[in-house]
Amino acid sequence: MLFGLLSPALANLLLESLTQTAVMVSVSAVLALVLGLPLGVLLVVTTPGHIFTRPLLNKVVGTFVNLIRSTPFIIMMVAIIPLTRLLVGTSVGTSAAIVPLTVAITPLFARLAETAMREVDRGLIEAAEAIGATPFQIIVKVIIPEALPGIVAGVTVTLVSLVGYSTMAGTVGGGGLGDLGIRYGYQRFMPEVMLIVVVILVVLVQLIQFAGDRAAFAVNHRLARRRRVS
Amino acid sequence: MNALPPSADFAPFEVVTKAPAIRLERLGKTFDPAVGPVLEDVSLTIGQGDIYGIIGRSGAGKSTLVRCINNLERPTSGRVLVAERDITALSGADLRSARRDIGMIFQHFNLLSSRTVAGNVALPLEVIGLSRAEIDRRIPALLDLVGLADKAKSYPSELSGGQKQRVGIARALATDPSVLLCDEATSALDPETTEQILSLLKDINRRLGLTIVLITHEMQVVRDIASHVAVLERGRLVEEGATFDVLAFPKSPVARSFLSGLVAHELPPPVERRLRSEAGPDTDPVLRIVFSGDNAHQPIIADLVHRFPVEPNILFGRIDYVGDRPLGVLTLALANGEAHLPAIVAHLVSLGLFAEVLGHVVRFA
Repeated sequence: MLFGLLSPALANLLLESLTQTAVMVSVSAVLALVLGLPLGVLLVVTTPGHIFTRPLLNKVVGTFVNLIRSTPFIIMMVAIIPLTRLLVGTSVGTSAAIVPLTVAITPLFARLAETAMREVDRGLIEAAEAIGATPFQIIVKVIIPEALPGIVAGVTVTLVSLVGYSTMAGTVGGGGLGDLGIRYGYQRFMPEVMLIVVVILVVLVQLIQFAGDRAAFAVNHRLARRRRVS
Repeated sequence: MNALPPSADFAPFEVVTKAPAIRLERLGKTFDPAVGPVLEDVSLTIGQGDIYGIIGRSGAGKSTLVRCINNLERPTSGRVLVAERDITALSGADLRSARRDIGMIFQHFNLLSSRTVAGNVALPLEVIGLSRAEIDRRIPALLDLVGLADKAKSYPSELSGGQKQRVGIARALATDPSVLLCDEATSALDPETTEQILSLLKDINRRLGLTIVLITHEMQVVRDIASHVAVLERGRLVEEGATFDVLAFPKSPVARSFLSGLVAHELPPPVERRLRSEAGPDTDPVLRIVFSGDNAHQPIIADLVHRFPVEPNILFGRIDYVGDRPLGVLTLALANGEAHLPAIVAHLVSLGLFAEVLGHVVRFA
């Protein structure tokens, strides 16, 4: 096995990096979902003709989201250091990397969730309006549940992107697998470390995609199908 | 699918003075001033417990009209009163509470794919804030009403079109409304399913005393279920009245064209082409006779032969049933009838029939 090639010290380092990546990805993913879903909802419902038409707010939020999305992550990490320091008290380390990761990924998830929620048939929203549902009830009981398969697919894409972004966290001393690969594999000429890092990342992404597809299928009742037994 | 008991005692044409359930007053709607109004000056009164059909071609404005009744579409002018309450003046919480008294079903059912049948029917009850226990208590009766008691746990994607519309009906009735709006509710269904859904609606109308407003482009739907009908053309009301009267004596060309294939008001083109407006030495008069109700059973052809020296020749005809009332339209050419025409018409009218001279055909050599 590849791990056999490594000294115990390196193996420890690898485990540590994997943990750092896992922490960065999972914490910023949770934050991105919590912040991004409402943002996505806002982008949908404030559209002219939708249930909470606010054209100006829609434009402002949309522009803001695009602004963040067009900033390269590596620049963003450095650019928002004052904000990072304000929020976590330091600008270096794994927790410091979580701030730029969250800031960068939230708009991506918001847009993915927005796209999924925009696909919800107007007829369903109208049916809910005819019943006398409030805009909030329509969002919670109709739009989000109906868009759930798409939202779950968006979560998958978000997680995969996060894994990618997290490899740049070394820039602010965040550690993680990407950082390990660069420092040991590249700068210290240890190609076997680089290889292991890449293999782990590939496996990680495959696992996320597989789990995400399963989850999206499980929440999708749009198509008639035989109930799964398991 | 559950069969419903036959509703032989259904009599949609009784004239009873009832409190109006819905009143439209000079309703107008314009989406784009450049295109012009979609609805213009529509005034209607719909009685409590009526099944009111609104028929029109696509683009006539009928969908907009029904959507104005629950204010899904805000009219640009005029008023909509439901149970004497001005819906057009409401907004926010008042509008939402008023809408709970107006159920609505749709052409494409508009069920939530993410919820089971029971979950879909529960939606309006959740919206009004009932407890889970109370909702669970009410669902079985609602599913029973539409004959879907065994489908509570199915998802809409596992149902047929007719079953989906039944779920739609159960959902619309969940909050016990006094009015049900049907926006092309049977247009996506096959004829057999359409019939089942219509008899379900009729049954509900009878059992719950629900007022039903029904938008359709199919005259059969109106004939089978509606007590009253309004004909809409290019946003304007062109004709309105009890279904039987409109079917028997349509006044507008639109109504006539809707009735072709259903009631034999319009002559088939080959007959139409032979028709002349002037009588001549070689022509026979063509007479249209409309029977309605009891006089539909009179042996009038035998009677004519007996009384006049004429030989009636049937060109076109059909007897239909509106509710349980027969409606017949018969077009006759009367050989040797020119000389006796006024007397024949007078005789038919005296029998209580409607008779009209359509023209004259050149006798076949």
